Amino acid sequence: MSDQLDRFVAAAKAGKMTRRDFVGRTTAMGLSLGLASALYTKAANAQAKKGGLLRAGMQGGESTNSLDPALAASEVPFMINMTWGDMLVDVGPTGEIEYRIAEEISANSDATEWKFKIRQGVEFHNGKTVTAEDVVATMRRHTDEKSQSGALGIVQGITEMSAEGDMVTMKLASGSADFPYLMADYHLIIQPNGGIDNPTEGVGAGPYKVVVHEPGVRHGFEKFANHWNPDIGHADQVEILVINDGTARAAALQSGQVHMINRVDPKIADLLGRVPGVSVNAVAGRGHYVFIMHCDKAPFDNSDLRMALKLGINRQEMVDKILGGLGSRGNDFPINSAYPLFDDTIPQRDYDAAMAAEYYKKSGHDGSPIVLQVAAGAFPGAVEAAQLFQQSAQAAGIPLELKREPDDGYWSNVWNVAPFCASYWGGRPVQDQMYSTAYLSTAEWNDTKFKNAKFDDLLVAARAELDGAKRKGMYSEMAHILRDEGGLILPMFNDFVEGVRSEVAGWEADPNGELMNGRALARCWLA
Amino acid sequence: MLAGLRVHPVFKLVVQRIALGLLLLVAVSAIIFLGVEALPGDTAQAILGQSATPQALANLRAEMGLDQPPLARYVDWLGGIMTGDLGTSLSNKTDIAKAIGQRLGNTLFLAFWAAIISVPLAVLLGLVAARYNGRWPDKIISGVTLSTISLPEFVVGYLVLYFLAVKWQLFPSVAMVFPGMGMMERLNAVILPVIVLVLVVLAHMMRMTRAAILNVMQSAYIETAELKGLSPMQVIWRHAFPNAIAPVVNVVMLNLAYLVVGVVVVEVVFVYPGMGQYLVDHVTKRDLPVVQAVGLIFAAVYIGLNIMADVISILANPRLRHPK
Repeated sequence: MSDQLDRFVAAAKAGKMTRRDFVGRTTAMGLSLGLASALYTKAANAQAKKGGLLRAGMQGGESTNSLDPALAASEVPFMINMTWGDMLVDVGPTGEIEYRIAEEISANSDATEWKFKIRQGVEFHNGKTVTAEDVVATMRRHTDEKSQSGALGIVQGITEMSAEGDMVTMKLASGSADFPYLMADYHLIIQPNGGIDNPTEGVGAGPYKVVVHEPGVRHGFEKFANHWNPDIGHADQVEILVINDGTARAAALQSGQVHMINRVDPKIADLLGRVPGVSVNAVAGRGHYVFIMHCDKAPFDNSDLRMALKLGINRQEMVDKILGGLGSRGNDFPINSAYPLFDDTIPQRDYDAAMAAEYYKKSGHDGSPIVLQVAAGAFPGAVEAAQLFQQSAQAAGIPLELKREPDDGYWSNVWNVAPFCASYWGGRPVQDQMYSTAYLSTAEWNDTKFKNAKFDDLLVAARAELDGAKRKGMYSEMAHILRDEGGLILPMFNDFVEGVRSEVAGWEADPNGELMNGRALARCWLA
Repeated sequence: MLAGLRVHPVFKLVVQRIALGLLLLVAVSAIIFLGVEALPGDTAQAILGQSATPQALANLRAEMGLDQPPLARYVDWLGGIMTGDLGTSLSNKTDIAKAIGQRLGNTLFLAFWAAIISVPLAVLLGLVAARYNGRWPDKIISGVTLSTISLPEFVVGYLVLYFLAVKWQLFPSVAMVFPGMGMMERLNAVILPVIVLVLVVLAHMMRMTRAAILNVMQSAYIETAELKGLSPMQVIWRHAFPNAIAPVVNVVMLNLAYLVVGVVVVEVVFVYPGMGQYLVDHVTKRDLPVVQAVGLIFAAVYIGLNIMADVISILANPRLRHPK
């Protein structure tokens, strides 16, 4: 057996095996998922070349950005956090927990009490050693409403936390089998004394130190020599240039001024991929574009009308025309194969004008126009997608009317307010978190006003269920309920489309987030 | 006491203009404040975006003093400006004066190099075009400059980007400048945006120079100059141009103002960290203090350059320079 393992490791070292292959083969041999993935990381990084300056050109940075990790809300601050910070754990590319500041995790039987053993000898950029107290202080800061943390909803469920020696104990209001996944949230960077003294200081325990912070322009980092993990942080310096204009970003990649870019426009992905020295990678992720109906407002309180609209949208056409083929069809529930415990036997819903017309007739709608509110900024290509929707619905006799809204103020005046509008979701690491964020009756962001007691019960029960098979069954049942009764029309999951130059090595597809879940600068090297 | 002092009328005129300009600036500040107030949406919501929870919203609003009445906030703000305090940015809590200082420096740097190339070039081309009025040099100059001004800036930008940065790789496509950069490095970085800006502003100034000179060329004294045997270029340079300065200066100043306040598109295309992008970012975040401060600076630049144009026109006009 160990011969075979050695062979796989050698193949991984030579870059001849993907993580998915390696993990699949080695877990079949009896290795645990976490161990297999860690082994792969080590093997794949064995050839890494050290040194040099690695640069990313990114959309999603503004001159209003701050270094406070709690406030990160767009792509560049996300990437910044992932470059200078380390959380307790990471979620790896195959969906397993990777230990970072924590080196061991254990839970009690109903998953209400979690213990994190803190790795010894981890150093912050300011030379202090990471302690269990720092971890508790960090969580405290994010739990405090005054910190305006983007992770508030995640840490709110913690009722009690304490530090003792190298052990952090967190007690939860209700059991959560996914709790370690929540600790991988990119806001929850462990900082000295939780960053309370100076939230915008930018001092953490990640592979790179912040040296330049010019919001909306560029962010420069230098390798942190005392980082605990030698497998990441290959380049001496890394830099993020904020390039919000798509054409400028593509030009910077082509001319070699940056080594990687995020958000390649699907329309040019094909052309850009043909440029010598540049490759375009499409990575299936969890993000999705949606049209959302409020289940509690007329006419969308009629489930037949909702079904008519779900059947009246042409998903394949949208994937082809809006995403340029770089994505996959949605099935009216927000989960896809990128999630653990996904049930792939749920039948795919497709465009069916005749059935849509039938449901429309059954709904008894008076024929007045159904208004769909949309803005160009709702998601890339939102207006065009809405027009396609209008056409396909019209063919089924459904009078859809589009109302264009300005981008400005869309998220405050239209989204979660208007009964029928376009929107997007970035996805979450686990099903529970996605459903709890937007489909639980009491959720703040229940943007479809979906209230279903059975669904809620299942969600809470699945959360504390430690038996994987049972849990999978529960999630499948929930998916069916949401797909058939919910107010969510989910035509497509969008891929992360990214451009990388050929001199970059160590690149890996990661469904958790764009640019290798924000770790591209820390994990890639210049070959 | 002052009554006995003979104040030069030009000086009086200039002082008058400056006083009027300041008054105008105060009026502009009120308009900016009202305009920003009238924006739809809410600062706190804009900062937190889609990820806003009601608690976070309420906390943020109270912290930013958005619960105060507008008039109180205006008076407070104006008082701060008078004492040189532009306030702190709402969205990332940095000192506005400091942040703007750097951005303004970048913007002025770009505008300076664009102006230093475009103004003399435009005037020279205008003189040549006037000299060969209706003949091929005039037609070529007018044709080329009019086509570059007719294309939208971003198209000119993308064309320049495509050929000079991507295809031939002569200059960097990203014109990022930052503190601590050497002068030559800086110049190399801004070459492409400077080229685009020059192409964009050239035609306006060139056509004005040409038109003003052709206008003066109709005068009787030009005929005299020609008859006494001066060469056409001498006639234009010595006799026509001095009298055409006033309208040309006005257009030059308008274009200079544009180079400072209106180049956001060029900044975006070349990723140049200037004032335009800074303003746009803060408008989307509803960062009122920054928007107001930038608006006021832009207004001051416009008013200042216009005063300068007035003064130069006055000085260029002998009738005003030597009053009876």
